[in-house]
Amino acid sequence: MLKRVHFNTSWLPFALVAPQIFITVVFFLWPAGQAIFQSFLLEDAFGLSTEFVWFDNFKELWADDAYTDSFSRTAFFSLMVAFLSLSIALVLAGMADRIVKFATTYRTLLIWPYAVAPVLAGALFVFMFDPTLGLVAYALDIFGYDWNHKLNGGEAMALVIMAATWKQISYNFLFFLAAMQSIPKSLLEAAAIDGAGPARRFWTIIFPLITPTTFFLLVVNIVYAFFDTFGIISAVTDGGPAGATNILVYKVYSDGFIGLDLGGSAAQSVVLMAIVIVITIIQFRYIEKKVDY
Amino acid sequence: MFIKKSTMLGAAAAVLFSGMSTSAFAQVEIQWWHAMGGTNGERVNKIASDFNATQSDYKVVPVYKGNYTETMTAAVAAFRAKKQPHIVQVFEVGTATMMAAKGAVYPIEDVMKDAGEPFDKSIYVPGVISYYQTPDGKLLSMPFNSSTPVLWYNKDAFKKAGIEKVPTTWDEMDAAADKLVASGMKCGYSFGWQSWVMIENYSAWNNQAIGTKENGFAGTDTELTFNTPALKNRLQKIADGQKSGRFVYGGRRGDSLPSFTNGDCGMWMNSSAYYGSIKTQAKFDYGQAMLPYDTEIASKPQNSIIGGATLWVLKGKPQSDYKGVAKFMTYLSSAPVQAWWHQETGYVGITMAATKLSEEQGFYKANPGTDTAAKQLSLNPPTPNSKGLRFGNFVQIRDVINEEMEAIWAGKKTASEGLDAAVERGNKLLRKFEKVN
Repeated sequence: MLKRVHFNTSWLPFALVAPQIFITVVFFLWPAGQAIFQSFLLEDAFGLSTEFVWFDNFKELWADDAYTDSFSRTAFFSLMVAFLSLSIALVLAGMADRIVKFATTYRTLLIWPYAVAPVLAGALFVFMFDPTLGLVAYALDIFGYDWNHKLNGGEAMALVIMAATWKQISYNFLFFLAAMQSIPKSLLEAAAIDGAGPARRFWTIIFPLITPTTFFLLVVNIVYAFFDTFGIISAVTDGGPAGATNILVYKVYSDGFIGLDLGGSAAQSVVLMAIVIVITIIQFRYIEKKVDY
Repeated sequence: MFIKKSTMLGAAAAVLFSGMSTSAFAQVEIQWWHAMGGTNGERVNKIASDFNATQSDYKVVPVYKGNYTETMTAAVAAFRAKKQPHIVQVFEVGTATMMAAKGAVYPIEDVMKDAGEPFDKSIYVPGVISYYQTPDGKLLSMPFNSSTPVLWYNKDAFKKAGIEKVPTTWDEMDAAADKLVASGMKCGYSFGWQSWVMIENYSAWNNQAIGTKENGFAGTDTELTFNTPALKNRLQKIADGQKSGRFVYGGRRGDSLPSFTNGDCGMWMNSSAYYGSIKTQAKFDYGQAMLPYDTEIASKPQNSIIGGATLWVLKGKPQSDYKGVAKFMTYLSSAPVQAWWHQETGYVGITMAATKLSEEQGFYKANPGTDTAAKQLSLNPPTPNSKGLRFGNFVQIRDVINEEMEAIWAGKKTASEGLDAAVERGNKLLRKFEKVN
């Protein structure tokens, strides 16, 4: 029988978690509440006339084709970014795990892009792919491919996916590498003695053992693609051409901060919030069951 | 808050250094938020410091707040938090939003009158101030940097292609572009700020309305009407011209500038205010001419409309501060300041005296073509179709127009479908604006 331990004072646990609760309230719950409140308002830019309109802002969103189109676009963008950045990082981490010479140099170089701000990452790609000035566009031109992401929506989408993926690979790489290095060497050595080649060792031992990390990264990457990529979109395409890269989070920004339509923008961010909550719940309830800790 | 603090500091400094200097005593700071980056930002600073040197009661403090939309958003947010600047630079498409915010803006004419500052509206260029007046003629904001789209062309390329006359109509434009392409150029023409150049100014220049109610001047119950057969026809022709390289799309705003300055495109339609950039970047002989007009709907060009920004005064500061604001506005409108600004930047001088002074100084003789913008703006007295436009939510509407035009260039929509969609989506935004204000 375990002895039950009690603290004499009941305020201590509350006091200990108070800073965390305070931060959550001030930085998460309050703004989220404000967004929900604002989504019911129709307001001019200066806040001089405010009208409570219930769900009008939401109704207007569903009636707007540009908004509904943005959903499938966002889904495609997020899945591509998450899939590409996870798989490329996995391959790189798998290689880095096996390397002996210059391991530190190699790792450091791979981690660098993470230190680049999204807007700068976007700007780098803009310079490389600019249809008139960009090096890559010039090279493609030599091969007879006329690159113009300012006109071609598919190319614009490819470009922002590249920029967003490139930026995220380092982060994923770090976590994958740490996970791989925590796998006991004895397991791999035993498999090697049994005659399993590197590929087989990877798929039957390493990959199953790092699933908790993979799962964690999947959640983080999807949230990243949903929320943190607007800097890249803003720098590379402004959501264009013809709305081809106008993903949900960018639309929230452009309607709210450029168009000064606060109610409509708030309604969009409430929708976005709901989507991310649902996705996270699905991931934790269904996919997590397949994860071995 | 800001003012009080600096006044107290000034007072403290005066007490400390009494006898040494009294110039810092009770100097009122006037905050001026602007959107002029780079070289133009330095010019703004020069204007402010020159003004500060002329007197000792007020100190104008210019603050760069990012591009036009960022500056406007910053001012709006600051106003909501009651930390607004005295003066904010707002671009022309934000005019309707600012106008509707009656509790926030202090009309410049009232600022001048309340401060007892002499103010004569007749010295300003009519084509410039008509954009910023109420229907009954009250000037709301002070024009600062105004420009208008012109046709930039590569003289060397014209010579090589054997083009003798600069195009004045769209037919000549197409013919010239074809000759340029035939002479080995990558592209005949391109343009930037496409809603402003190809819809707003195309309509004004050919004396066509782009919306009802005098392009929105006469009321917020206005509707867009630019999905006309003529414009559809024109844009379709331009889109079709992409096959041969007659036209190449190079992005929004000024993104296509490099395609002109590096010699890809022989002609480029965009703001006269690119003068400074083209002067430093182009390694060929270039010129500027008036926009082409469309012979299918007009027998002669009307006048073009402006773009650029004006200075709005925001309410909520101590009344005594506005005296300084008024003095600064007078200084800003004076002929030497305006002429200097005009010659340095390519923006249009906002007063007739500035243009006259530039002429007397021999600027136009030394730099042929630099008076194109001013001439184009005042070619004819403005009609209801060509005095400007005033649509609410126009920042968003321009985005919609950009999107639909890009769909036309990409061949996803015909010009007819694209323009119909732009008008329909734009009208929804207009109704929303009407509802709020």
